[in-house]
Amino acid sequence: MNWISNYVRPTINSLFSRREMPENLWTKCPECGTMLFHRELADNLMVCPSCDHHMAFRPRERFAALFDGGIFVEVKVPEPVADPLAFKDQKKYPDRMKAAQKNTGEAEAMLVAEGEIGRTPIVAAAQDFSFMGGSMGMYVGNAIIAAAERAVELKRPLIIFSAAGGARMQEGILSLMQMPRTTVAVQMLKEAGLPYIVVLTHPTTGGVTASYAMLGDVHISEPNALICFAGPRVIEQTIREKLPEGFQRAEYLLDHGMLDRVTHRRDLRDELISITRMLCGMGPPVKGDLPAPVGTTEGDDTKDAAAKPDGDDAG
Amino acid sequence: MQNYLEFEKPLAEIEGKAEELRAMARSSDSMDVADEAAALDAKASKMLDTLYKSLTPWQKCQVARHPDRPHCRDYIAALFDEYTPLAGDRNFADDHSVMGGLARFDGTPVMVIGHEKGSDTKSRIERNFGMARPEGYRKAIRLMELASRFGLPVVTLVDTPGAYPGKGAEERGQSEAIARATEKCLQVGVPLISIIIGEGGSGGAVAFATGNRVAMLEHSIYSVISPEGCASILWKDAEKMREAAEALRLTAQDLKQLGVVDRIIAEPRGGAQRDRDAVLNSVRSALTAMLKELSSKSPKKLIDERRKKFLKMGSKGLAA
Ligand SMILES: [Zn+2]
Repeated sequence: MNWISNYVRPTINSLFSRREMPENLWTKCPECGTMLFHRELADNLMVCPSCDHHMAFRPRERFAALFDGGIFVEVKVPEPVADPLAFKDQKKYPDRMKAAQKNTGEAEAMLVAEGEIGRTPIVAAAQDFSFMGGSMGMYVGNAIIAAAERAVELKRPLIIFSAAGGARMQEGILSLMQMPRTTVAVQMLKEAGLPYIVVLTHPTTGGVTASYAMLGDVHISEPNALICFAGPRVIEQTIREKLPEGFQRAEYLLDHGMLDRVTHRRDLRDELISITRMLCGMGPPVKGDLPAPVGTTEGDDTKDAAAKPDGDDAG
Repeated sequence: MQNYLEFEKPLAEIEGKAEELRAMARSSDSMDVADEAAALDAKASKMLDTLYKSLTPWQKCQVARHPDRPHCRDYIAALFDEYTPLAGDRNFADDHSVMGGLARFDGTPVMVIGHEKGSDTKSRIERNFGMARPEGYRKAIRLMELASRFGLPVVTLVDTPGAYPGKGAEERGQSEAIARATEKCLQVGVPLISIIIGEGGSGGAVAFATGNRVAMLEHSIYSVISPEGCASILWKDAEKMREAAEALRLTAQDLKQLGVVDRIIAEPRGGAQRDRDAVLNSVRSALTAMLKELSSKSPKKLIDERRKKFLKMGSKGLAA
């Protein structure tokens, strides 16, 4: 049933076992309260088998499930100036960064990779909500620019999975400047005649929604994802009335013409393969479980989905 | 009648006293208060200088939001001729928080677009306090497009607390409208000059301010989030807006150093609200200079330079 083939299962399992297994064998679904064995949940792409609630899907896990054979190559993102404003609230920004890196095992809030999906070469970027709310600062901007440049260089479609609470406040105006910067990245793709697909995942808000997440050729969202510019609480405070059920959720946006599709995570990969292939004028897709592309091997550390990023202190 | 800000209270007292003295003198011929009033005036003047020479970021926020500051409407009336407002987004409505239309600047036809906050209760409500809905951004997109097709430079005057956080605004695609406006700013093959005249509030501002040149008035602010909003999120206490204003680096001076802003336009003593003519004149000369810098560039060069400018942004921090 599951399209993560047995071929890659060891990779993915080792990934989860390293990160989550020791202290967290069971996860309680926040929607329906069902206790779920973590492996069961991971095999189900982090979707609750009893109520279909779509939980957060970390970029590395998402990519392992997205790319053929779970194999992808990370695209290097230029490192921005650290703490450009010397920002301090109750904590110093560098301390918050260190804590986020320790908690997530990632260097920053976006992962960029190239690989194949259904034998279709693509570049993909995914935002990590667990890293400071996925917030968009210089790094995320650089990541999107790097993704677009790589896609143009390789003449491939770009798929972005958005997830963010908004801008990285600790980078002040420079986080705001990522709106025009990422818009330039989108323009590069459009001028190169390459498809740009946005998958809006829960939650996509603020400056992220108001820039690259709303400039796609095709907008797909996962069910019930919150997608907005201003958050529901801010709106309720402003207009002093209760908002309707489902307001700013994916299905609501679909009804209001802002999305092309709302797609269950289990069907997303096939749909992305179909759409990108049709837009690129390629033949019908090869569906189902696929091994890694020729020339890559599972044990190859540099190309392994589970390869640790530099400075990763997880485990 | 002068409106005083909280930190101007000591100044208000002295200026009030001087005013009182003069009023008394007017009602009685025998009183000679000239010397005393002049002394108070001198004291007030010195205090004004001191206050405005070292405004804190939070004080700058207050000045930037001062109700007596000239607004978009005032700049358009004073600096442009033949202003011909163009209305509507051709989809849903005309957003009154965004003004825009054809006008002449020094005889040259341009497209001028800006946020208007309103100046009294009635006009503030009509203008929605300068907070645009999607229709405002879509009107701006339409006007930028028109300007680009006919080769008219675009001048944007930015003064907004931010895009309107409302139910209808969200339903009609606030995010998409802002994203498209920013995109349009990057596409126009004509000079795009943005001047932040008061408050540059987040995405609602950047949608108008992705220009070849971005200038800020000396006491205006430009920020990813209001200090109050930032304080309530990061300090969990909206009263920490002073600290937040400090940390956000939202002043024209910091933004110039960061390379986000190209030019600071000097304000008169005590801020734009104290001498409208003076600030209108400074903006006029700054605009003349910026238009001149860009006037001979080809559409392609204007687009390329604008892109490069934004791609490069942030490559150095404040410390550099
Ligand atoms: Zn459930």
